[in-house]
Amino acid sequence: MGVEGIGARVTRKEDKRFLTGKGRYTDDMTVPGMKYAYFIRSPHAHAKIVNIDVSAAKSMPGVIDVLDGKELQADGIGNLICGWMIHSKDGSPMKMGAWRPLAIDTVRYVGDAVAIVVADTSGEARDAAEAVVIDYDVLPAVADVTAAMRAGAPQLHPEAPGNLIFDWQIGDPDAADRAIASAAHVTEIDIVNNRLSPNPMEPRATLGIYDSAEDHYTCYTTSQNPHVARLVMSAFYNVAPENKLRVIAPDVGGGFGSKIYIYPEEIVCLWASKKTNVPVKWTSDRTEAFLTDAHGRDHISKVRMAFDADHRITALKVDTIANLGAYMSLFSSAVPTYLYATLLSGQYAIPTIHANVRTVYTNTVPVDAYRGAGRPEATYLLERTIETAARELGLSPAELRRKNFIRSFPYQTPVIMNYDAGNYEASLDAAMQAADWNGFSARRANSEARGKKRGIGMSCYIEACGIAPSAAVGSLGAGVGLWESAEVRVNAVGTIEVLTGSHSHGQGHETTFAQLVAGRLGVPIESINIVHGDTDKVQMGMGTYGSRSGAVGMSAIVKALDKVEAKAKKIAAHLMEASEEDIVIENGELKVAGTDKAVPWFQVALASYTAHNLPSGMEPGLKETAFYDPSNFTFPAGCYIAEVEVDPETGETDIIQFVAADDFGNIINPLIVEGQVHGGLAQGIGQALLEAVHYDENGQLLTASFMDYAMPRADDLPSFKLSHQNTPCPSNPLGIKGCGEAGAIGSPPALINAITDAIGNNRLTMPATSMKVWQAIHAAH
Amino acid sequence: MTRTIHLSLDINGKQHELDVEPRVTLLDALRESLALTGTKKGCDQGQCGACTCHVDGKRVLSCLTLAAQVEGRQITTIEGIAAEGGDLHPVQAAFIENDAFQCGYCTPGQIMSAVACIREGHAGSEEEIREYMSGNLCRCGAYNSIVAAVREAAEMAATGVAAKDKAEVA
Amino acid sequence: MYATSYHRASSVEEAVQLRSAHEEGKYLSGGMTLISTMKQRLAAPSDLVDLRHIPALRGISIEGRRVKIGAATPHADVAASQELRALCPAICDLASHIGDPHVRQMGTIGGSIANNDPAADYPAGLLGLGATIVTDRRSISADDFFVGLFETALEEGEMVTAVLFDAPEKAGYAKFNNPASRFAMTGVFVAKTASGVRVAVTGAGSDGVFRHPGLEQALTSSWSADALANVSVDPSSLLSDLHANAEYRANLVKVMAKRAVAAAG
Repeated sequence: MGVEGIGARVTRKEDKRFLTGKGRYTDDMTVPGMKYAYFIRSPHAHAKIVNIDVSAAKSMPGVIDVLDGKELQADGIGNLICGWMIHSKDGSPMKMGAWRPLAIDTVRYVGDAVAIVVADTSGEARDAAEAVVIDYDVLPAVADVTAAMRAGAPQLHPEAPGNLIFDWQIGDPDAADRAIASAAHVTEIDIVNNRLSPNPMEPRATLGIYDSAEDHYTCYTTSQNPHVARLVMSAFYNVAPENKLRVIAPDVGGGFGSKIYIYPEEIVCLWASKKTNVPVKWTSDRTEAFLTDAHGRDHISKVRMAFDADHRITALKVDTIANLGAYMSLFSSAVPTYLYATLLSGQYAIPTIHANVRTVYTNTVPVDAYRGAGRPEATYLLERTIETAARELGLSPAELRRKNFIRSFPYQTPVIMNYDAGNYEASLDAAMQAADWNGFSARRANSEARGKKRGIGMSCYIEACGIAPSAAVGSLGAGVGLWESAEVRVNAVGTIEVLTGSHSHGQGHETTFAQLVAGRLGVPIESINIVHGDTDKVQMGMGTYGSRSGAVGMSAIVKALDKVEAKAKKIAAHLMEASEEDIVIENGELKVAGTDKAVPWFQVALASYTAHNLPSGMEPGLKETAFYDPSNFTFPAGCYIAEVEVDPETGETDIIQFVAADDFGNIINPLIVEGQVHGGLAQGIGQALLEAVHYDENGQLLTASFMDYAMPRADDLPSFKLSHQNTPCPSNPLGIKGCGEAGAIGSPPALINAITDAIGNNRLTMPATSMKVWQAIHAAH
Repeated sequence: MTRTIHLSLDINGKQHELDVEPRVTLLDALRESLALTGTKKGCDQGQCGACTCHVDGKRVLSCLTLAAQVEGRQITTIEGIAAEGGDLHPVQAAFIENDAFQCGYCTPGQIMSAVACIREGHAGSEEEIREYMSGNLCRCGAYNSIVAAVREAAEMAATGVAAKDKAEVA
Repeated sequence: MYATSYHRASSVEEAVQLRSAHEEGKYLSGGMTLISTMKQRLAAPSDLVDLRHIPALRGISIEGRRVKIGAATPHADVAASQELRALCPAICDLASHIGDPHVRQMGTIGGSIANNDPAADYPAGLLGLGATIVTDRRSISADDFFVGLFETALEEGEMVTAVLFDAPEKAGYAKFNNPASRFAMTGVFVAKTASGVRVAVTGAGSDGVFRHPGLEQALTSSWSADALANVSVDPSSLLSDLHANAEYRANLVKVMAKRAVAAAG
């Protein structure tokens, strides 16, 4: 049993359902009388809706009904909202334009939902959708963020003149300017962070079921946070009061951020189920996913980094423009502000930092958090800049970083964050050793002899995870608290259910959370069941994103376990007529320390429920709930090194090796942590080499399928060399920091630093496609 | 209701009768008409491999195959590869041991592809496995573990055959 | 996908008859493109005539150096044919790198060339080999068969039944993949045939597969990668798209030609 506790490489045996085709995802759900929805979407990036004629469609075979936005509005369904208030530097609140679940008079991106067809089959729903006649008055559109800021650009929302959502800043601009003016060296660089499509393999889906007998709604949905979905749909969208709305997120096939948000389809299918009095299921097709799932990244920035004569960084000044698309998605405002600019100190002691961020509307799908969310943008910017500085100063990239590392903790950055622990040099040293950094020049010579260009690049990242201390984020504008909840129910026979408000959609919580409990109580892992994803079963919770489920969700379980253990010890002490202080829990028994007296765990559980012989005044039962609100963020950090070989004839990049040295604090299950790192690296390498969303100038999406949007495949990736240098996190009881996003955060700059090193041209944007690399090689000569 | 045709499909060794429109794909027939939802729809355009099934032992994309096209063929889905008694197929077991899945959504397709990859004799090296598994996307990025699982299962299969051959020679 | 009807033909004659009975019908082979296009509602055939169950359309036969590949032969079968590999390894290599392993089990040579996708591999192979395309009613030389983007010399209702070619003295294929679709961003097939050197390029031309006279002349005078060093490839007739502009493709044509020659030996 001990081998299944914290730190063990426990395999995910309990997840056998996924290997046998028995997983239950939303689109796998069928209920009696269920019908299929098809959403009619705008083919134009920007247009006025003049008229919608559904008469012909309504008489098509199999059609139940065709519904539009006016009917939705008449029933009082509210606007979609952004839940994080940001104020511009002039004190004005962000300019939130109205986002209707079904557009009424204006559509603002290709894919904006306009009407819904409900029919017997999905084919018939789509047939009928083609018979709906919508007259549009097409308006000029703008997809490019720079163009959207120009005078005379098409305007998306009357609330936001110049398409500007907010103009926000952090840090002291004058101090940064002074430091730059007096610097011995200033590195300047323009940084573009390419727009990405999250593309979980499971497309979004929802099944809305209205029960007229109870006036009650059930929503099956592909969500990372079903409770937040219920809260928002009740409090803001007026779908139903919380007690009349059950949200279930069953097995969910990946999220990566894109399934945090509440989209129009959940709201509309629930409403349509009541209108038509049949259960209504909608499943996105892949092109709809490209068109309507919130995209990620899409920043352009100007950067200046100042150094003194001793090569210490004296200031960083950043001016960023972030494209938020046509509407403000649920957490879109937080991503380019508090999840981004607060990480601009990186691993370095930088006395002065100033960042200015302008967010802008364009006629594109909304942009929100995607794996890493703000932190990859900060890391890419910082690590490309310091690499460039090292080249300009003629220093080794490792030495320049080493010179500027933060070395004593806690460390207060000038941009809010207070780093609690870390050892950046340990990861740098481990990575350089694993990569045989010193042997690189010989390997480069070997490549050159074969006509190839070889390069090596590093990246030292930091991220803020364990999202997040509620009061702190509340003071920064968050509309919710970011604590987590847990309930530990010990059944009468000693088996255990752990209810968590976090949600597992690939993270393996059913294994790692059970390991925690098995280790604490000394009970077999098979006797523990993890329950999540259903608002009727689980107390309020905040869901899974931002690498928070370990640091915050498991800490809540620890608190609940503390309470369960305390009560169990009281019962055991009473049963054995011992002192409560002498009771220890070992190997599934409660023992009197130093004696051979013991009662098995199940007997204590049974005693708590029979209640025949409990300490005087004790309530029966053995079940405890806890809410854990973290005291600080956690700060995973590490060093990644990429080594590449470029074919100068074609510009093709071959990743020769990729080294990741991470500090995640204490590790619950190394097997699962490695999987999370692999996944993050795959997505980061995808961003660096392959992936980019392209819109044309009229706002038509050019990358709307896997034929045009290049996803990393098995043969695009190398094997990875992983290692861990763990400094326990002092801010939570388990000492864990989080590992879900690190790979996606740390890898892009390492790769671009390596490729630019290989080709001798620092001007290269992501994705570094073979054509761009080939062009950069030719531009360099 | 639109016009339907009657089909009799041999799936996992059992005959299934169904009435579907001629335009219905094997994937939709499995999921919507036969409640065999283990086969997943990732792109419905033949570009992700989530819908991989076997037809006469060969891997096919069920999203680009009409149900009518495979009448009279032997169809195998993820529900049909474990032993009758419930023991996992060696490839499924190798996926657990190597942590070769995360969210599980692409997993049935990966496993069906892996079984075929080994059967085709294309699992001889890590590089070959990467190439011959490249039709199956995994956004969780479990590729390295998938490759390790396929390698392990292939080696087990090869040793198993070798042992059997030895026994026959003896 | 719009509503359609399905017919399974068991012979070429039956297929042609079924097809001619339905003006808006289409032949269905591997379905890799047709079903995908129908799903996007970009094609709406009233009837589909399935060719995958016609034994006569499937298989590879070799007499001397004469090779015949049945139209409904899947790419994987061409890739795996040891007999063909002994005679013309280049065509097996080409087949073994089409799309992904699934596509190779399903897609067929006849379907590929009848569709004539400008980035497909087989059109380059067959044009490079100087192959003959046999239909239910005639034989067409590859030079005449591939007309333009998704356009061939096939008439309404005409069906490809086989391709024929004589194994070349030497041949090679080199392809640079589109990173997303795995179609050829540029693919070059070179062959030293009885009637001379042929170089066919796919994935790069704005009007589909084409032969490149400059590369052919250079290889005629000297069959070596070095002989291509001074050939210039004009980007003006090449494709520019999201993934590669014409200049880059022009470079790839030359680089892939050199690699194809190296592969041919």
